[in-house]
Order: sequence, then C-alpha cells, then structure tokens
Amino acid sequence: MSLAAVDRDLPFRVVDILGDDAISARLLEMGVVPGTTVTVIGAAMAGDPIELDVRNYRLTIRRREAERVLVEPARE
Amino acid sequence: MTSIPALSTSTLTVALVGNPNTGKSTIFNALTGLHQHVGNYPGVTVEKRTGRFEQGGRRVQLIDLPGTYSLAARSADEWVAVDVLTERSNIGRIDVIVVIVDANNLERNLFLFTQVAELGRPIVAAVNMIDLAERNGIAIDWNLLTERLGIPVVPLQANKGRGLRELKEAIVQDRAAPDLDTSGFFPAPVRDSVQRIASELDGSTPSQARFLARRLLFDPSTVLAQHFPQHPGLPDAVQEERQRLVAAGFKLSSLESLSRYAWIERFLQGIVRRPAQRVVTISDRIDAVLTHRLWGTLIFATVILLMFQAVFAWSQPLIGWIETGFSAVQSWLTIWLPAGALQSLIVQGVLGGISGVLVFLPQILILFFFIALLEDCGYLARAAYLMDRLMSRVGLSGKSFIPLLSSFACAIPGVMATRIIENPRDRLVTILVAPLMSCSARLPVYTLLIAAFVPKSKFLGGWLTLQGLTLFALYLIGIVVAAGVAILLKLTLLRGETPPFVMELPEYKTPSWRQVLRRMSERGWAFVRRAGTLIVSVSILIWAATYFPRTMDAPVPPPANTSAAVANTGAVPAIDPTHLNSEGDEAAAAAAQIRNSYLGRSARTIEPLVRPLGWDWKIAAAVIASFPAREIFVAALGVLYSLGEDQNEESETLRERLQNAKFDGTDRPIYTLPTALSLLVFFALCAQCFSTLVVIGRETNSWRWPVFTFVYMTSLAYLAALVVYQVGTRL
Repeated sequence: MSLAAVDRDLPFRVVDILGDDAISARLLEMGVVPGTTVTVIGAAMAGDPIELDVRNYRLTIRRREAERVLVEPARE
Repeated sequence: MTSIPALSTSTLTVALVGNPNTGKSTIFNALTGLHQHVGNYPGVTVEKRTGRFEQGGRRVQLIDLPGTYSLAARSADEWVAVDVLTERSNIGRIDVIVVIVDANNLERNLFLFTQVAELGRPIVAAVNMIDLAERNGIAIDWNLLTERLGIPVVPLQANKGRGLRELKEAIVQDRAAPDLDTSGFFPAPVRDSVQRIASELDGSTPSQARFLARRLLFDPSTVLAQHFPQHPGLPDAVQEERQRLVAAGFKLSSLESLSRYAWIERFLQGIVRRPAQRVVTISDRIDAVLTHRLWGTLIFATVILLMFQAVFAWSQPLIGWIETGFSAVQSWLTIWLPAGALQSLIVQGVLGGISGVLVFLPQILILFFFIALLEDCGYLARAAYLMDRLMSRVGLSGKSFIPLLSSFACAIPGVMATRIIENPRDRLVTILVAPLMSCSARLPVYTLLIAAFVPKSKFLGGWLTLQGLTLFALYLIGIVVAAGVAILLKLTLLRGETPPFVMELPEYKTPSWRQVLRRMSERGWAFVRRAGTLIVSVSILIWAATYFPRTMDAPVPPPANTSAAVANTGAVPAIDPTHLNSEGDEAAAAAAQIRNSYLGRSARTIEPLVRPLGWDWKIAAAVIASFPAREIFVAALGVLYSLGEDQNEESETLRERLQNAKFDGTDRPIYTLPTALSLLVFFALCAQCFSTLVVIGRETNSWRWPVFTFVYMTSLAYLAALVVYQVGTRL
C-alpha cells in the first residue's frame, strides 16, 4: 500500500520508493529509505500536504509524493 | 624577510557546509562579524557568501555554501557546492571543511557528513543546538563520537555564542582527514565502477576523483557533458558503468541512500540515547495548534494579514518622512544653487532619483524584518506547508506564497523575498509574475481615474459601489493573469519535472533579534547598493528627456511640495518660470516645455500607436515619464494639464481638467469611460517600474529576465487596453 492511503498515528515500514527522478532522490536522501519506520501525524487544509514523523524529525510531503512510498504495517 | 610570505601562506580557506535549519548562517555571521562579502557564483543563481576572521595569528577565509541535505549534483546550481569542495572552482584549495550538524538529528545530518568525509580533506564537525537536544532528552556520548569520527568535534549553542571560540581554535589547529572506513559503504561491484570512472578524471586527487565518480554514477546529471568538457569520453564511460550495475541487479536510485543510512545506523549505536517513550516536545505542542487544519489556517491568515498590513501601512509615515526630507533639501538647494541646467540636474535629476530609491527602503526593511523573524523561529516552513495546496494549482509550491503576497505592497521586496524558494525554476516563475500583483504604487493612478470616470452607481442598498467593484476587478485581473502566466511558463519556457516539495519542519526556537535585524539591514543595503545606481541613472535620463531641448531660457523652478507620492523622482519637468507673474503662466510654460521636450516629441511620435487605446500624446508622455516609477504618472498629468506638478490623486482640479480635456483641435473629449478603463487595465498589467526590473536583473543574475518581463507585461497590457477600449467604445 502507499503512504498516501494509510491511517494517521500508526507506524509503517517503508518497502520501496517508486521512480528515479528528483522526487524519489529527495525522499531517499531525507532518510525515507526501505526499512525506515514512518508515521503520518498530520495534514494541511484539504488533506494535502501531509506531515510525517521519520527518523525523529518532521517531514512534510505532498500526497502525490506519498503515493510513491510503498509501506507495510510495522510492528514495534 | 619571511614575514610577508609567511602571512600569506598562513591564510586558510575553510568551507562551511550543513543541512538547512542547522543554524549555519548564525555560525557564519558569528565567526566573520562584519567581514563578509555577498555575491553570485558565475552563471547560476546561487549566492556566494564569503567572510574572514583571524585566530591565533592565522587568517581564515570562510566560504558559506548553500544549506543542503546532500551533495547530489543533478543541476548546474547543485554542482556549485561540489565544484567548490572538490577544488574545481576559482576559489581553489580548500584547507578545512566545517560540517555543521544538528544535535537533535545526528542520523539525518550525518548523511551529508559521510559524503563530505569522502573528499579526503580535513574536517571539523560542529554539532549545534545542543541545548535543544538536551531539552528533548537526547544524550550524546561526545567522547565516543569524537573517537569514532577521528576528527575534532565541537559542541555548539551558536545563538548564545557558546562553543564558537572552540570552533575557531579547532579550525586553525593541526588537522587530519577523518579516518572513517568508508570502503564499507558500498558493495564491491559499485566500488569497482567508481574506480573505473575515477581513472578517467585526471587532475584531481584520488579521493576527489572517486568523489566525483560517485556523483556521476549516482546522480543522473543533465549537465554532465558541459561540466567536464576536457573529458569527452566521460558520459559514455558513466553510462557503461551504470548499465553494468543495473545488469548486476543494483537499483542505482536508492543504492547510495540505503548504503549510507545503514552505515549511519551502525555508527550511531551507543553514541545517541533517546528517551524510550517519544517525548512530546514544546515544538510538538505548538504545532498541534499552528499546523492544525482549522486553527493553524486561521492563525496563519492572522499572521499574514498583520505582516501585509505592516508592509502596506506602517511604511507610509516613513516614506512620508523621506519625501519631506528630500523636498526640504531640494528647496534649500534651489535657493542656494545658481539657477540653470546644473541646478535642475542636481535638484530634480540626482536628488529626485536618490529619493526615488530610498522610498522603497521602508517596505523592504519591514517585510524582511517579518520574513527573518518567521524564518528564524521556524514558522516560515509551516506557512509554506499550509499554503502549498493553493499554490500547487498554478504549478508553484507553498514557498511562493509570501513573496507573491508581499508584491501587493511592492514587487521589489516581493522579488527579493523569492530567495526563500530553493527550486530555481519555481523561484524564477515567482519572480516573473510578482510584478503583476497590484502594488501600492498603482493605487494613486487607480484612485484618480476611478473617481473621475467610473459612475458612482450603488448596488445592494449602497453596500457595493461600481467604483469599489472596479478597484476590486483591477486587483483580480493581476491575480488571474499571474496565475495564467505562471501555468504557461511552467508548460513552455520553464518546463521540467515537478520539483519535490519534501520539506523539513524544523523545531521552533526563540528568534535571535540580532540575526533578524542583521538579515533585515543586509537586504536593505543590498537593494540600495546593487540597484540604487541604475535607478538613479534612469531617473536622470528621464529628467534630461523632459528638460531638453529648452523651450525658453528660464531659471529653474523650486521643487514642488509633493504631496503626491514620490512625485519628485525627477520625471517631472523642470521648468521654471519663477520670473513669470502668475501661477497660471508658470504652469502653461511647464506644459509648453514638456510638449517640446524630447519626451513630448517622442510621445507625439508614438501617438498613432496609442490612439487605438483611446489615448492622446499627453497620456503617452505621462506613461513614458512614469517608467522610473508608476506613481509619477499622476504628477506628470498635472504638469501636462498645466496645473503644476503638485497634483495628487485626490485633487479636484486635476480630476475636472481631465474630464474636460479634448483631443487637440477638436471637441471630442479624450477621457471617456472606455479610455479610463483602458488606461486602468494598462496600469494593472504593465511593467512601468524600472526599479522592479533592476531588482529582477539582480536577483536572476541576468539581463534576459528583466527584458523578458518588460516585453511580456507591456505586450499584455497593450493588448488588454486595446481590447477594453475597442469593445468599450462599441457597446
């Protein structure tokens, strides 16, 4: 499933980042790499962009970008 | 005999790198004080900041590289930092690299560090914001960190000045390159590929060659061939290695990040201890309100409204003082200088021009005070987050919102504020459409023409007036056209893949007033110094065009008490008929002078061109005269209609004079409703502001873009005015 479709405040593990353009490169260098745990913690008006907790900091990404991030539920 | 060479050889060149929001500019400012120089790297829009300081008898030249999360180099702008760090730029040798990392997030910050470490140069790690980390319950084992990195590690709390002395000492002490076992980062086939590409790159040290090879291998660069003209075989060699690795099953896009983060996670074990339970930080609690869908948006609207109000209204008294001050000096000089061309040049041309530059300062200073404040406390990123959805409809990001909104007050600070947009294409689009926002200088023109020619009809029981609606429509036209132009530019000239929004929300912190005031004055000074000269020169040109050739030999007139905004910017004709008896004669002489001046002559030459818009030569002359600044238009009309130059938009006589004006030699009134509307629409869309064009030139580091802005806006304005007049007269 994609990060754009998951519930808030639950941890998910990144499985893959789709594409090899500037957007995926940026996500990867910001630490959203396969194996990382991410949690959606908020959204701006109209639900876009969304706010993530990743590697103990706050990252905001657009829904279009979150669709590239494939995740699975993480057990902690 | 060795003292002079010894001094020069002891100058160290030090590069400062770090993620955004790590306090890098605070550290740069604290280290260098006032010994700074801001310029541009050649050919790109990247700002070049250098500064110097002395420590222990050694001179240090400090280069502040733009904040970045990675040294990945895909575009020309991104190559700047790589070129400096690999000593391929004209800065030459880099003796020490200072990497600034945020103590709150060593994990993500070390990503950049591992890239820098591979350059094989001495490094000092400056770990900033240790106070915040402590507050968040993060414990760092400094001894272990220093031991594992094998380089000097300096804990800092830069906004309080703590650790800066230690950092300076570490920079000038004997240094060693970090002894990290970076060979373990990447699998053997990748290392082999890197080695083969590196062997193509002669002229660099082995570490630098491997560093460049990794960049070429990992980042699909659009500028590879242009960047290595001396290595024609390089693109093919890179392509071959990429194909080899893909065939071996490697996913090149994620390979670098995966490898580095895996290494960092192992490296940090035992160094950083975080509370087992996630601590709800003060920042989290503030964000619960400030980025809340409803409350966050409402608070944002309030903050922005306050800022806008400040730039728009608080600047007015300051602008008034500047104008009054200049008027006083001008009157005084008129009395003391012998009358004639020289007096007029100094009083009207030079002083008028200088005051025309300085009147922009209050708005620039107030806007940058707010932007620096919001940026320093961490709110600016939240503003971009909240406004992103809206701005993405026209292909921009939330970061374009504040520059565009500020442009309603004045496009100059608006264009200057686009520096907060990192993506070069988004920044350029924002700069190009910013002058379409109806700025405060258009208001006098709007007010005069609407009051004189738009009927006072009322609707909805007096709540809405046609005049109010017209004013609203003019603002709306600017916004709608800007949206259209932005979309069009994104589809044509500035086409390219959508840039990532992906943005960090930094922790909130108490703003440092020193930093805020410093950034504010820096921007103000940059405008005066870098744009001022050109603006003054054009004001003098326009003065000359109205002053020559002389219709009669007359002494120069005293400058008017300009209640009209900036009416003394030099465009107002310098005629001077102090010897004439009545004010009417004086004014008539001024009108005659302008008619025969170069300005009047060119206006009469182009009259056929503006007739289809419903204008006569006088309007054309006023439009040309207002090129240095729109607000001159009203004062210029005052002169042309023989009222003297101290006319403002509320002046009854000017309004009546316009209502009664006839085309030369006929009974046909010039100003009808269609003419007024055509003129209004023209002013809403035109680029009649030389200062804005100069600032666009400075900010884009090119003359192409101001020329482009002038041409596209003037064409749009002309066409729109033509349509309005032609349709209007046929209705």
